[in-house]
Amino acid sequence: MSETAVHHDEHRDDLGSKLGMWLFIFTELLLFGGLFIVYAVYRHANQEAFHLAAKQLDVTVGTINTVILLISSMTIAMSTTAIQKKDKKLTLILIGITLILALVFLVNKYFEWSGKISHGLYPGSPVLEELGQGDILFFGLYFFMTGLHAVHIIVGMVFLGVGFMRVKNDRLSFDNYQLLENGGLYWHLVDLIWIFLFPLFYLIT
Amino acid sequence: MTSQTSESKVHKTYLEEDMGRKGIFKWILSTDHKRIALLYLYSMMVWFTVGVVLGLLMKLELIAPGKTLMGPQAYNATFTVHGVIMIFLIVIPGLPAVFGNFLLPIQIGAKDVAFPRLNLFSWYIYVLGSILVIISLFGNGPPDTGWTFYAPYSFKTGTNMLPAALGAFVLGFSSILTGLNFIVTIHRMRAPGMTWMKMPLFPWSIYGTAWIQLLATPIVGITLLMVAGERILGIGFFDPAKGGDPLLYQHLFWIYSHPAVYIMILPAMGAISEIIPTFTRKTIFGYKAIVISTLAIAFVGYFVWAHHMFTSGMSGTALFTFSILTFLVAIPSAIKVFNWITTMHKGSISTEVPFQWAASFIFIFMIGGLTGLVLGALATDVHLHDTAFVVAHFHFIVFGGVGFAFFGAIHYWFPVIYGRMYDNSWARTGWIVFFIGFVTLYGPMFYLGMKGMPRRYFDYLEEFHGPNIISTFGALVMITGLVIIVTNLIKSARSGPIAPHNPWGGTNLEWRIKSPPSLENFDEIPVIDKATYKFD
Repeated sequence: MSETAVHHDEHRDDLGSKLGMWLFIFTELLLFGGLFIVYAVYRHANQEAFHLAAKQLDVTVGTINTVILLISSMTIAMSTTAIQKKDKKLTLILIGITLILALVFLVNKYFEWSGKISHGLYPGSPVLEELGQGDILFFGLYFFMTGLHAVHIIVGMVFLGVGFMRVKNDRLSFDNYQLLENGGLYWHLVDLIWIFLFPLFYLIT
Repeated sequence: MTSQTSESKVHKTYLEEDMGRKGIFKWILSTDHKRIALLYLYSMMVWFTVGVVLGLLMKLELIAPGKTLMGPQAYNATFTVHGVIMIFLIVIPGLPAVFGNFLLPIQIGAKDVAFPRLNLFSWYIYVLGSILVIISLFGNGPPDTGWTFYAPYSFKTGTNMLPAALGAFVLGFSSILTGLNFIVTIHRMRAPGMTWMKMPLFPWSIYGTAWIQLLATPIVGITLLMVAGERILGIGFFDPAKGGDPLLYQHLFWIYSHPAVYIMILPAMGAISEIIPTFTRKTIFGYKAIVISTLAIAFVGYFVWAHHMFTSGMSGTALFTFSILTFLVAIPSAIKVFNWITTMHKGSISTEVPFQWAASFIFIFMIGGLTGLVLGALATDVHLHDTAFVVAHFHFIVFGGVGFAFFGAIHYWFPVIYGRMYDNSWARTGWIVFFIGFVTLYGPMFYLGMKGMPRRYFDYLEEFHGPNIISTFGALVMITGLVIIVTNLIKSARSGPIAPHNPWGGTNLEWRIKSPPSLENFDEIPVIDKATYKFD
């Protein structure tokens, strides 16, 4: 064990890690891109059914969730500014608000989903099988895409939770905040995907 | 450690540097890109052995018409698992994960990749994917869909399809993260003075590959997730009974899986572009053309996926568009072949073992490439689709291309990796036996396919018997070659003679440092002031 023991982990490159985050965001966009293609193809093939099925979804809940995510995007962006201004307390509050909003989003989602499921609208359900192919595909896509999006919300929460703990322990501060910024970028991605999901499922009728 | 000037500090290689860890932890906790490369190499060797044995079982089954070793179900499972292992666990990660990891940082003058811990994490994901593949072998029996998991059969079959599909999904993540790591490394960590156009060709090919890994893999990821959703929840994305479209599955699958062919072949071409100038003592001919063709292959390779589906029922416009694009992608590959040949022209060629692998790569790759055009043309494809011809074609490209380049690369960089030399005559014997076996194994399959022998059948008509015997015989010869090569390499890695400094007279950075490299590769980050591939 010599001085070589302090090895590459010391290497720090904020721009590099931001670049890495952007590249990862590309891959996430493509992941959902595949689903958007599937959505487009099936919407084209079942226009009437998609039109009617979309009316089953509650636009109010969808709108509330959209607003929640937009606000949370704002608070997380503000937290990266707060940390650069060396305001630790404000940073923690802003990340905290973001996390709470994310949780509210998931709770809303839970009630929305369980409402649909109690009406027998879930993949593979007998009710849905009787409704016809367009409805099967619409609700299949609805559960799959919003479900995958919810998984991303949870991943984002873990990411931001780590950021929160690090700010709290002073391991993340004004001269070393890349992790928080990357978390913010990821959170914007999660927000952005929802901005597309919302009109596709709720608004276009 | 011979021709180096004496230094105050003793050179401690990466293999000796254990960071205070013991036994296996020296490896599985190390974030050193070189150790991670070897982790990949060793795990792939294990899988390769399994894949080869499965391939041999298929060839033994086909030695005579009718059931010889196994029935149809076992045969279907064998070719599926063979495909899954060979494609997802070996050739896709193959050169990027092993040689990309080992050499990329050294060749661009960096101490490690941009995210060393992420790099190790990628390997763990790879292992997780492998475990899922192993799990798929048990329970209701191994998957029998073929490695393409075509819908709707992939969610209707009673076999253990789910773990295999999830395994491929997880392995995709490993591939994405490796690609991401390499792109950031190349953008951010090139040594001072190493401009893009001074970068050696192997890192260039890794760069092109990394973009494909990054941009194409998510599509297959989501597709396999959809298949999983189909199996678990019965969603109906690809189920015609529920309004889904199986053809859409094929599109989504090949949007990734065709570019994946270029994930396999680009780094192989990169390795060949390194080997040939070294053994001809000449600057590579048309450096820029090779760089541009690398990027062109990566780009055009995206738009050819539907040539796997010419008989699936697409519109005429789609058919001829994809056919033309397929022909286009052959051009940059041909440019590379032209460049390699021209590099050899009037060079002082020394036919060392790595050069023999490289030269035979060009031969094999050309056969594979030209037969690809036969399949890319619409009229001939209808005749040859799903015949043994296709199997022969892609084994020439995927196994021939990647395999010959891989063995060429390991014989070329062996002194760097282990600091030792292998036994030359055994290596040469292994190469020639392998080469003869390879051609004998896959050559007859071109003929069989043209005569109409379908692929993926455990049985065939009596008239195909002769060429099948030759093919099975070739398989045995090829495996003999493999055993010779691998035994020689393993033995030499442990106890071969210490390699002299820069035994081949290479010009890249990996030849200018002591072999094996130290933990940090360079005592001082080098400053690059001239283009590489300059020979005295």
